[in-house]
Amino acid sequence: MTKKPKKRKKSEAPNSGLIDITQKKFRWSDYLAEKIIKGVAFLSITIIILIFIFVFRESLPIFASSKSLEHSEATSNTTEVQETYGEVTDQQPIVEEVQETYGEVTDQSDVQETYGEVRDTSSAKSQVESYVVSDGSGYDDNQSALKSLMSKDWYPVSEKPRFGLFSLIIGTFKITVISILFAAPLAILAAVYTASFAGKRLKEIIKPTIELLAGFPSVVIGFFALMVLATFLQEVFHYDTRLNSFVGGIAMGIAAIPIIFTITEDALTAVPKTFNEASLALGASKWQTAFFVILPAATPGIFAAILLGIGRVFGETMIALMATGNAAQMGMNPFESVRTLAATIGAEMAEVVFGDTHYNVLFLIGSLLFIFTFVINAIAEFYVKGKLMKRIQGK
Amino acid sequence: MIKSFKKNIKGILIEGLTLSSALIIIAIVVVMFTVILIGGKDQITWEFLTSFPEDGMTKGGIFPAIYGTALLVIIMSVAAVPFGTITAIYLTEYAKENSVIAKTIRFAVRTLAVIPSIIYGLFGLGFFIKFVGTQMDNAFLGGQLKWGQPNILWASLTMALLTLPVVIVSVEEALKTVPKDLRAASLALGATKWQTIWKVVIPGSISGIMTGTILAVSRAAGEVAPILFTGVAYYLATLPGSLSDQFMVLGYHIYVMSTQSANVDQTMPIQFGTTLVLLMLTFILNFTAIILRYRIRKKKTD
Repeated sequence: MTKKPKKRKKSEAPNSGLIDITQKKFRWSDYLAEKIIKGVAFLSITIIILIFIFVFRESLPIFASSKSLEHSEATSNTTEVQETYGEVTDQQPIVEEVQETYGEVTDQSDVQETYGEVRDTSSAKSQVESYVVSDGSGYDDNQSALKSLMSKDWYPVSEKPRFGLFSLIIGTFKITVISILFAAPLAILAAVYTASFAGKRLKEIIKPTIELLAGFPSVVIGFFALMVLATFLQEVFHYDTRLNSFVGGIAMGIAAIPIIFTITEDALTAVPKTFNEASLALGASKWQTAFFVILPAATPGIFAAILLGIGRVFGETMIALMATGNAAQMGMNPFESVRTLAATIGAEMAEVVFGDTHYNVLFLIGSLLFIFTFVINAIAEFYVKGKLMKRIQGK
Repeated sequence: MIKSFKKNIKGILIEGLTLSSALIIIAIVVVMFTVILIGGKDQITWEFLTSFPEDGMTKGGIFPAIYGTALLVIIMSVAAVPFGTITAIYLTEYAKENSVIAKTIRFAVRTLAVIPSIIYGLFGLGFFIKFVGTQMDNAFLGGQLKWGQPNILWASLTMALLTLPVVIVSVEEALKTVPKDLRAASLALGATKWQTIWKVVIPGSISGIMTGTILAVSRAAGEVAPILFTGVAYYLATLPGSLSDQFMVLGYHIYVMSTQSANVDQTMPIQFGTTLVLLMLTFILNFTAIILRYRIRKKKTD
C-alpha cells in the first residue's frame, strides 16, 4: 500500500501541473551551503598536499646538478630578512658552542681524507665570519653537497660546506630513545592506575592535571629544562656538559607524557567491561586483571600511544633548541651535547640565504621529518586501530 | 593464608607502583609551576606588563610581546575557527560516517595534528612568504618587496593551519552532543538542512565552538617554532601597525632572552616574569576549556 503512491508520484509529477508538496523545493541557499561546506572540508586534505609539495619543492634543487637561475634573483630578496635577524646572529652563544665542537670533531675526523682538504681548528673562526657575510658563495657545487649528505660532518657554513645529516639523525635518535624510555613507563603506568585502580575523586585530579601539562607551551618546558632541570641533573649525576641529550630527553619526555597517557588511557577504557568482569569472576585479583587481561587487550593502542609520543619528540623544536646543547656530535654517551634535526632547522633557517644549498638542505631535513611523522601517524591510524578493533570485538 | 597474603603484598606493591607514576607526573607539573611562579612572581607588576623593553632588553616591560601575541592569536582565530567549524559540520552533518571522503578528511586532520610545528614554519616560509607573498608583490606592487617577507599575517595564517585540527576535533565533539531528535523536529517542521544546521545545530553547540577556539588560542599563544621564520622579531621599537609588519611574541621573547641575550643572568627575573605571564595565560585558557568540555561531556551523558 505504501509503495504504490510513491511510484505514481514519480511518474506523474513532471507531467501534471499540480505542485507536489512532498517534494522539497530546490533552494539555492541550501545547495550553495552544502557545496561550500564540502569545499572547505577538503581544505585539510589540500593543506597536507600543499605542505608535502612546498616543503619538497624547496629541497629539490640539491638533487639538480646545475645551478638554477632563481638563485641570483632570490639572494637580493633575502638581504632584508637577514638584517632583521642580524642582531641575533651577532650575539648568539649557540653559534659559539657549535664553533667549539666543529674544532673538536675535525681533529678526530677521517672525512678530511675523503675530501682531500686539510682543515685545522683555526678554520672554525672563518666559519663564523662566513656565517654572517655568507652570500651563497658555498653552493657552487651542489654535487659535493649532495655527496656529503651521508657523511657525518655538519659544517653548513664553512668554505666548503658539508651537510652530513648522519650526526643529526643520530642525535635525534638518541634524544628520542631517552625521552621515550623516561616518558612511556611513567605515562603507561599512570594510565593503568587511572583506568583500573583510581577512585573517582583521584581520577578527577589526575586527568585535568595531565590535560594542563599538555597545555604547557614547549618553550616553557624548554625554559624550565634550561634554567632548573639542567642544573639539578648536573648536581645529581656530576657530568661535564651542562646541556646534553639527557636533559633534553627528559624535558621532551615531559612534553610527550600527556600524549602517551591520553591515548593509553583511551585504549584501556575502550576494553569492554565484560573482560574485566569475566576475569574478576574467575577469581583474579584487581591488579592481575589490570595487568594480565586489560593491558594485553589494549596493547595495540599502547603501541600507537608510544608511536605518537615518538612523533612528538622527533619533531620537537623549542625544547631541543634550548636544552640539548646544539652541538652535532656522534657519540653514544647520553651526557654529551647533541643537535637534532628539528633544532637544526629552527636555529639556522633564519640566517640562511634564500636559494642557497644550505637553505635547500634545511628543507630536505624538513621533508624527512614530515615523511617520518606522516608514516608514524599512518601506522598508528590504520594498522593499530584495525588490530585493536578486531581484538576488542573478538574477531 | 600465607599464599594469599603474599599475593596481596604483590598486588599492593604493583598498585603502589602505578599510583606513584601518576603522582610523579603530578609532581612534575606542580614543581614546574611552582618554580616558575616563585621565580617570576615579584616581576609581575603593572609596569612590567605595560611598558616597552629598555636598555637592550635588560630592563623594562614586555608590552610589545603581549600585544603581538594577542594580535597573532586574534588573526589566527579569525582564520582557523570558521574553517575548522565548517569542516566539523561537514564531518558530522553531511558526510556519511564510513565514506571514503570522510575517512580521508579525518585522517588528514589527525595528520595535521601530529606534523611537527617546525614543518608548519617551513611551509609558511615556502608557501606564504616565498610563493603567495612574492606573487602578490609581483602582481600588485611591481616587484616591490612588501608581502614577500616575514610578517604578522603570514605568521598568523601559519599558526591557523597548526590550530585547525584543534578546532575541528572539539567542534565535532560538541556537534555530536546535539540530540538527533532536535534535528528531526526541525526537519519535520519543514526547515531545510542548512536552516536546521544554522538555527538548531550551531546554537546548540556554541560552547563546543568556544572550547575549540580557546584551546586553539592557548596552543597558538605558546607555539614558537612555526613563527620563527615567518614573522616574529627579536626586538621592535614600535607596535605592529599593519598586517605586513613584524611583531614580538611572548614565547620567542623567552627563547631569545634565555639563550641568546648577552647577559643571561642579568635578565633572569625578566625571563621568569615573561615565562610566568605566558604560563598563566595558557593555564587560564586551558582551565576554561577543560571546564567547558566537562560540561559538554556531562550534557552528553545526561
